Amino acid sequence: MATASVRPASPIAEKMIETFQSLIPPVVCSSVTLLIWQLLCSSADSKMPGPIKVISQTVGTITGGFSETGIWMQLLNSLTRVGIGYVAASILGIAIGVTIGVNKFLREGFDPLIQILRTVPPLAWLPISTILFLQTSKPAENAGIFLIFITAIWPIIINTAVGVQQIPKDYTNVAKVLKLSGKDFLFSILIPSTVPYIFTGLRIGVGLAWLAIVAAEMLSTGAGGIGAYIWNEYTSMLDDSISKIVLAVFSVGLVGLVLDRIVGWLGSLVVAE
Amino acid sequence: MQTLTSPIVATEKTTDQPFLVIDQVSKVYPTKTGDYTVLDGIDLSVKEGEFVCVIGHSGCGKSTLLDMVSGFNTPTSGQVLLNGKAITTPGPDRMVVFQNYCLLPWKTVYENVHLAVSAVFPEKSKVEKDEIVRANLHMVGLDEAIDKKPGQISGGMKQRVSIARALSIRPEILILDEPFGALDAITKEELQEELLDIWEEHRITVMMITHDIDEALFLCDRLVMMSNGPSAKIGEILEIPFDRPRDRAVVMEDPRYIQLRNQALDFLYNRFAHHED
Repeated sequence: MATASVRPASPIAEKMIETFQSLIPPVVCSSVTLLIWQLLCSSADSKMPGPIKVISQTVGTITGGFSETGIWMQLLNSLTRVGIGYVAASILGIAIGVTIGVNKFLREGFDPLIQILRTVPPLAWLPISTILFLQTSKPAENAGIFLIFITAIWPIIINTAVGVQQIPKDYTNVAKVLKLSGKDFLFSILIPSTVPYIFTGLRIGVGLAWLAIVAAEMLSTGAGGIGAYIWNEYTSMLDDSISKIVLAVFSVGLVGLVLDRIVGWLGSLVVAE
Repeated sequence: MQTLTSPIVATEKTTDQPFLVIDQVSKVYPTKTGDYTVLDGIDLSVKEGEFVCVIGHSGCGKSTLLDMVSGFNTPTSGQVLLNGKAITTPGPDRMVVFQNYCLLPWKTVYENVHLAVSAVFPEKSKVEKDEIVRANLHMVGLDEAIDKKPGQISGGMKQRVSIARALSIRPEILILDEPFGALDAITKEELQEELLDIWEEHRITVMMITHDIDEALFLCDRLVMMSNGPSAKIGEILEIPFDRPRDRAVVMEDPRYIQLRNQALDFLYNRFAHHED
């Protein structure tokens, strides 16, 4: 060691102190926020419950959340839909992105269309997707999945296509001089070089998908899912409804964060050299 | 420096038939203010097995010239012929060792060479390909590093991989674009000697761009000196007469070495001094 520390500590202890110190700011700030919230909502005629009331009113909801209509099962319902729609959007989005990335004609041809469609707010697709799946066995559910798909696919297409165009000349020169076959080029150069861009698109896509599902489930009847759960509580408006809504909203945020981190983590695994 | 265990027999190439012919090659880029001529009527013949270095100030179009041999660029007029066939596209028969190595960072040293071998010799068996890759990495002394990724090895080692990759596919001509420009002085000398050993063994035709007069004098049979651009031409060609195999110390003590060096310096810094704008 170059410098002699005054108080030698084991690496583990040092790490623990570091972790503890990094926890101080979020704990302090969250506590202050909760305190202000509690103070603002402490009057008897406040429509909004304070954090203490939220917790006391939702203990049953939290523990009983795994029943069929419980909050966690509804969350799982939503997650399943997002999973199906998002995986479909990823596969198709990467394929389309690569195709238009390598083909100038298709790229220039489809660019205006993609630019328009990508700015469409997710909910604007809801009537169309509902009509599209009206004849199927689970219209509301399928419409939700389609909505996720159509929302998440654009950033994946666009980022993949950009990534393909950004392949460094060094690598394409190697491909040219070796006259690499299409398959070799795809797997040895194009995909590895494009992966960071693809994951940027995937990460934006998963965020949008999660944003969209809650809104879609609120609007479509008989869909179930966490959006419908929130909406049902809102319409029934019992004593503990707002507390349940607060819990649901918080859970939605937490799941969104976890989804984002999972995709980010997968990306770092693949991209890490 | 190890030698290849199963060397390709170095056939003595005594033919004086030109192997690579650069025939009245010009390159003109149209610009808004009129045509910009990079190269103006370059004529050069390279014999099979010859080691040719091209030297000149930056902007003299030597990279453009090399790109026309490798096929990444095409002449505006004139043509480049290899074995009597016009060069129009890049191909593995004119393998390039790039200045910035151009290794794929997500592949190991072994995989980088293997990609080239399997692309150029798809008909060879798995075992044969593996032998070629290992033999060529052994030749540049990289047995220990075959499972490393390019990010984990030094610049000198990366350039060794690049050379191994280039030689593994048995090109007709090896094109080196300032291959040692980014390396430190000691690594550079080491690699020059290794390259020369490999060349002695395989007598492959080499065309190499360099900025370094001493490097050129140590390595090549002929030193092509280019005049400044625009409209660069071949100014002078020096025959480098030192006996082969060359030993750096012996070469540098040769009285002709100083003479040739002065001649090259005079060309580059007096007759065609580079005027910075």
